[in-house]
Amino acid sequence: MEKIIAVLFMFAVSALLALIFFTLNRLLGPRKESVVKSVPFETGRAPITLPTHRMSIKFYMIAILFVLFDVEMIFFYPWAVVFRKLGILGLIEMGIFILVLFLGLVYAWKKGALEWE
Amino acid sequence: MQELIQAVQNSQTFLSGLSEAALAIIFFVLFGLVFATVAAVCALVFVYLERKISAHMQDRLGPMEVNTGIPLLKNIGHGWAQTLADAFKLLLKEDIVPNAADRRLHLIAPFILFCAVIAAFSVMPFGEKLVVSDMNIGVFFVLAITSFSVIGVILAGWASNNKWSLLGGMRSAAQIVSYEIPSGLVVLVIVMQVGSLRFNDIVMAQAGGILHWHIFQFFPLNLIAFIISFLATLAEANRAPFDLPEAESELTAGFATEYSGFKWAIFYLSEYANMFLIGIFLSALFLGGWTSPFGSLFGGFFDKPGWQPVWIILKAVAIIFLQMWLRWTLPRLRVDQLMYTSWKVLTPFAFVTIFGVGLWMLF
Amino acid sequence: MFNNIFKKQRYYFDSEGLLVVDMSPSSAVHYQEAVQAATQDAGFSGEDMVINFGPQHPSTHGVLRLEVVLEGELVKKVTPHLGYLHRNFEKHAEYIPYNEIVPYTDRLDYLAAMNMNLGYVLAVEKLLGLTELPERVEYIRVICAEFNRIASHLMAIGTFGLDAGAITPFLWAFRDREKILDLFEWLSGARMLYNYIWVGGVARDLPDGWVEKAKEFLDYFEPMMVEFNNLLTHNHIFIERTAHIGILPADVAINYAATGPVLRGSGVKWDLRRDQPYSIYDRFEFDIPVGEGMYGPVGSAFDRYWVRIREIEESVKILRQALDQIPEGDVFEAIPRKIRPPAGKEAYFRSEAPRGEIGFYIRSNGSDIPDRVKCRSSCFVNISLIDEISRGQLVADLVINIGSIDIVLGEVDR
Repeated sequence: MEKIIAVLFMFAVSALLALIFFTLNRLLGPRKESVVKSVPFETGRAPITLPTHRMSIKFYMIAILFVLFDVEMIFFYPWAVVFRKLGILGLIEMGIFILVLFLGLVYAWKKGALEWE
Repeated sequence: MQELIQAVQNSQTFLSGLSEAALAIIFFVLFGLVFATVAAVCALVFVYLERKISAHMQDRLGPMEVNTGIPLLKNIGHGWAQTLADAFKLLLKEDIVPNAADRRLHLIAPFILFCAVIAAFSVMPFGEKLVVSDMNIGVFFVLAITSFSVIGVILAGWASNNKWSLLGGMRSAAQIVSYEIPSGLVVLVIVMQVGSLRFNDIVMAQAGGILHWHIFQFFPLNLIAFIISFLATLAEANRAPFDLPEAESELTAGFATEYSGFKWAIFYLSEYANMFLIGIFLSALFLGGWTSPFGSLFGGFFDKPGWQPVWIILKAVAIIFLQMWLRWTLPRLRVDQLMYTSWKVLTPFAFVTIFGVGLWMLF
Repeated sequence: MFNNIFKKQRYYFDSEGLLVVDMSPSSAVHYQEAVQAATQDAGFSGEDMVINFGPQHPSTHGVLRLEVVLEGELVKKVTPHLGYLHRNFEKHAEYIPYNEIVPYTDRLDYLAAMNMNLGYVLAVEKLLGLTELPERVEYIRVICAEFNRIASHLMAIGTFGLDAGAITPFLWAFRDREKILDLFEWLSGARMLYNYIWVGGVARDLPDGWVEKAKEFLDYFEPMMVEFNNLLTHNHIFIERTAHIGILPADVAINYAATGPVLRGSGVKWDLRRDQPYSIYDRFEFDIPVGEGMYGPVGSAFDRYWVRIREIEESVKILRQALDQIPEGDVFEAIPRKIRPPAGKEAYFRSEAPRGEIGFYIRSNGSDIPDRVKCRSSCFVNISLIDEISRGQLVADLVINIGSIDIVLGEVDR
């Protein structure tokens, strides 16, 4: 328990440290707002883009694939810790698991989900 | 931790009157402060090192001017105080927030990134007892925390109210997330060999000199695992040759474009703190952590507790030097080549390595 | 706080791109109209985005504005907007005597100033009918032109590596370029804008020891190019990045009137120093490198880059021969006292600058001030290729394409 509290304190301390410096910045730095500074940056001239927030689908694909493989990875960890005790049977069982998910990766590959990002 | 509290309570100083809880809190805050400061200061030092190393690789000198005026320190020369001067200058800069940006998100995003990276230092073993929190799922915790930093990146892109920042942030996030898979998978190779997720267990399994280090065991599978891990963590830190989403000469602006002043400094320092984190992570897993490479050669002199932080920091610096070397030598990969490398090269290799090591271990 | 007034204002950009701050509640409508106007012509679909690769950008090699129409990540059309560096060279030339125009030609392609000087001066000499120049002058001119070719190509390949993300070769190329600039400073007094090659001769003679120092530099430089090639040219990541990008077929290049390494990178073996030799180039032995498609199709960005690397080596060859053969003589004897060509005479002279073919057309009206000077600039013609070679490619490759064509806005805008 105390180990987790230590981590929380670490979070709190680092946040506090950063906050102190940020406040210092706000106090010490100039504050001169102007319209030109507030305009989004687009290498100089007018931002002639349509203000629609359409995101490409490939980010969604990457996120889904990440979630799948990350969960798979989470299942690997306990198995890896007790690997020696499980012996060859554990390896074969996990091997089947790996194989199924690897086939999933190959499927995604062939279907073009990994293309172009 | 308990022994420390007992020792203080038993001693006759003015602190012994405090309750256990209060002492515990004091120690937590102290340890947190020390390690956070160490991480931040090391980030500054590595920024300076990067500038010097890159300069010498490019046949020039790098920063030489800023030596402070203090007589003794001035003689060190070589512009050692450059990063201090830069950090101080950034403190004095105006904090520009774009007009229609979400002010609170704009503020929180760099902090999330910074806190995630620094909090991961709490499980890093600087010595046998020099760990803030020696969790028995230490490795797993590090992987979880580095996933947390993706939120900071996406928030930074979103909060800037700049379409190109958003796109840059999404691409950075996609890159980090894609390379977490191989990075997490090859750690399994080491975990299988040691049988524990605790960092100190992994380090102590490599005690006994350089030949016992994990990178030289099960040759060449562990070496391949090291290479995959090195490349994957390099890409997670958005370092060249994988730094297209944040490169200045590219079209999309990158998630940190609309940040100025200290918030931008936090992004920059987080990147170098992340590099340091990766250095220590890889040293602990593959290069023997705080054990000395001499083993029993000099009668265990180099294994003393005073030497342990020295060894791990030296190994971390070696890995960081390798990272910087790669950055200044190689050109950049394009985004689709980057993603291709992660999903189609590193992940299958990681799977194969895990399986291979598993088979080897059993026969 | 005190900034409420800014929160209530809206801003938009009118058709000139100027910022207009509008306090009316209907300013949102103006924004939409501006955007519609920008994307209206040529029938682009609703999913296309128009972005500004604007004048302030680290990779456009100067003040160039590109309007890029994107469909997702693919480039559909690139429109360059020029004129940010226009300084009225041709109009100025109508008010200045012939010999005083030479410093203005420096500022055309400022990275290859000697070649610009040479091109203009050869045109004036053709106008005057001045063909017999002292041998020493001819040799000095060729030496300066070739050194400047090396310096200009070093800049081109260095920045090309920088566009691809390799930062170290850029600094190595500049280190060697600095040494050439030191030689030029010794010779003419200036590092980049020399005003050295004059009508009928050169401004001053070679200092004592210049030839030896120049030969020392060449001996130092050749191993440096080997190092550079090992770092960048044979690097697999770099090849992946450039060898299938920006393919320019030979017939398209000829149709667009491309010249220089852009044309030679597509496999067309055409170099004015060999095919229409001027000055004393016919006395030297050198090869004309063309793009061979070593790692990909012929005419890729890598081929243009490779042509520049090889041209550096060929220039070193020419320099070695010239530095060995240079005779003694008086460099000032053919400089005319008065440059006053007969009225109505006109001349056009083309020469091979590092970036392509430059031509100067001069017409005289009998006085010592020209009637009309026109500069045919290589980069201005080459810039129209950016649209041609970038269509259907990713946005990240646009930067590589611009770098491989190697434009200098001073010459484009004049």
